[in-house]
Amino acid sequence: MKVLVPVKRVVDYNVKVRVKSDQTGVDLANVKMSMNPFCEIAVEEAVRLKEKGVATEVVAVSIGPVQAQETIRTALAMGADRGILIQTDEDLEPLAVAKLLAAVIGEEAPGIVVMGKQAIDGDNNAVGQMLAALLDWPQATFASKIEIAGDKAEVTREVDGGLQTLSVDLPAVVTADLRLNEPRYASLPNIMKAKKKPIDVKAPGDYGVDTAPRLKVLKVVEPPKRQGGAKVESAAELVSKLKNEAGVL
Amino acid sequence: MAVLVIADHDNASLKDNTHKTVTAALAISGDVDVLVAGQGVAAVAAEAAKIAGVRKVLVAESADLGKQVAEAVTETVVALSGGYDAVLIPATSAGKNYAPRIAAKLDVAPISEIIEVVDASTFVRPIYAGNALETVQSSDAKKIITVRATAFKAAGEGGSASVETVGAAGAMAHTRFVSDEIVKSDRPELSAAKIVVSGGRALGSAEEFQRVIEPLADKLGAAVGASRAAVDAGYAPNDYQVGQTGKVVAPQLYVAIGISGAIQHLAGMKDSKVIVAINKDADAPIFQVADFGLVADYKTALPELMDELAKVGL
Ligand SMILES: Cc1cc2nc3c(=O)[nH]c(=O)nc-3n(C[C@H](O)[C@H](O)[C@H](O)COP(=O)(O)OP(=O)(O)OC[C@H]3O[C@@H](n4cnc5c(N)ncnc54)[C@H](O)[C@@H]3O)c2cc1C
Ligand SMILES: Nc1ncnc2c1ncn2[C@@H]1O[C@H](COP(=O)(O)O)[C@@H](O)[C@H]1O
Repeated sequence: MKVLVPVKRVVDYNVKVRVKSDQTGVDLANVKMSMNPFCEIAVEEAVRLKEKGVATEVVAVSIGPVQAQETIRTALAMGADRGILIQTDEDLEPLAVAKLLAAVIGEEAPGIVVMGKQAIDGDNNAVGQMLAALLDWPQATFASKIEIAGDKAEVTREVDGGLQTLSVDLPAVVTADLRLNEPRYASLPNIMKAKKKPIDVKAPGDYGVDTAPRLKVLKVVEPPKRQGGAKVESAAELVSKLKNEAGVL
Repeated sequence: MAVLVIADHDNASLKDNTHKTVTAALAISGDVDVLVAGQGVAAVAAEAAKIAGVRKVLVAESADLGKQVAEAVTETVVALSGGYDAVLIPATSAGKNYAPRIAAKLDVAPISEIIEVVDASTFVRPIYAGNALETVQSSDAKKIITVRATAFKAAGEGGSASVETVGAAGAMAHTRFVSDEIVKSDRPELSAAKIVVSGGRALGSAEEFQRVIEPLADKLGAAVGASRAAVDAGYAPNDYQVGQTGKVVAPQLYVAIGISGAIQHLAGMKDSKVIVAINKDADAPIFQVADFGLVADYKTALPELMDELAKVGL
């Protein structure tokens, strides 16, 4: 079974982004970029499926600028077999990303798609569900455990209140939550090996899908600043202030 | 212009997120219907009918809807969508699961976790863990939107909407519910609680988390939350996680104990009215957002805090 893993290049999770003064977006100049952490978890899961003999091939797909090649290389260094880059400088919306991924899946025919639940830049939490809808495949989002048996996957999901387990017929789209696994660090030899693995470079136009934006960003602003930083000396002072000053007890 | 709100409920009772989402819907249109999709939800529908400003309550029932199976909710909502210009869905884990699926089926760009309605097609939403707020205008004829409930006031009671049954999707062919493990708790729900007490990695074990955090929460009538580190380490269940990729809370009082205040955690709690932080590291970033920071080891500070609360009758 082939596993397809969409991976996104995003601002590193340690970076606190700044809004541009002209309110057109956030400042990404000279900012550290990395693979979206949820995508790393998805790649790890796919590689583990291969190591367990459940999967035969892991294909990493990214839609983004030429530098997204590095993101694919990271996936290859973790153990993915080959990559596909759909190169574009446009910041495509989840609907367009899902349509492109659906077209890739039409060509690749994977048995399962494992991907992140959310990209930490746009915080949309949408592409996986949309991809499943476009393909008319079942979806199992926010996975903390995936077990594959024959043509079915049993997926434990993190939901409000606790956990839910679903059984979905394959092919299906599964999105990874934080507790699915702990991604490995690529070893130096594997990073070297990854350099020789193939990456196919494509353009959105190759797939003949409508990627026109539906949303117009009118402005991007900083959130209101919070006045914090005040300290208290003791538990007694804390309780007194909460009761008399803040009135929250 | 009519708006459909999908109710948040657990088949037994209606959740406050629904009332807050109705408020967002009323900012778009005066014609707001509520869909209660579930199983055995007559009581939930009756509660929804009492929300002020609601025109009609629609009820769809099936076993799959009772488990909030995304495919089933999607089919049910898509069938109803012809009569609506917008569908508003509370951004719960269930809502986040099915909203984008509905949007893709309708060839619409979903708009995730709005915190403000500017006009019927313009909305504000946080991006980058809440470090930026983007205003987006949708050109789609139909809007599929999830709503961050903490950003809206709850619609009041006193309505008397009619309740009618609508068609529910049949059993899903490719998705089956297997089981769930729902944590039963007598505490207020995290996302709706007036006070939240959260613990972090500093607690060191599940036993310590319970020994320290639970009694304080009991005293304050608070819900319990946790940082990702505490959840990952198994000190607290997954649905306690507060943050960018967990729950967003905005209580009157948020107490963070042994939590450093990473941006992903702040994203989930920095709109709380009053923030208290107890941390032994004076430079911990949590203090930058705290109204009352206490630099102390929780092991000594917590017993003192319990005593002081007892002195004021708590
Ligand atoms: C993709 C992604 C998503 C994430 N989503 C979330 C999320 O939704 N929510 C979330 O919380 N995090 C999230 N994180 C994780 C986040 O980056 C931090 O790692 C996490 O919040 C740290 O948890 P913590 O503050 O409990 O632990 P730490 O950062 O280790 O902090 C522990 C704190 O306890 C203090 N301490 C230690 N001992 C004591 C003591 N005896 N008394 C008092 N204080 C003490 C220390 O000074 C320290 O400040 C996410 C990360 C990623 C990459
Ligand atoms: N440009 C992209 N290229 C590849 N995969 C993507 C892209 N954008 C989103 N995804 C995938 O969709 C998941 C969810 O992203 P989102 O819905 O944008 O929050 C990510 O974790 C990726 O797996």
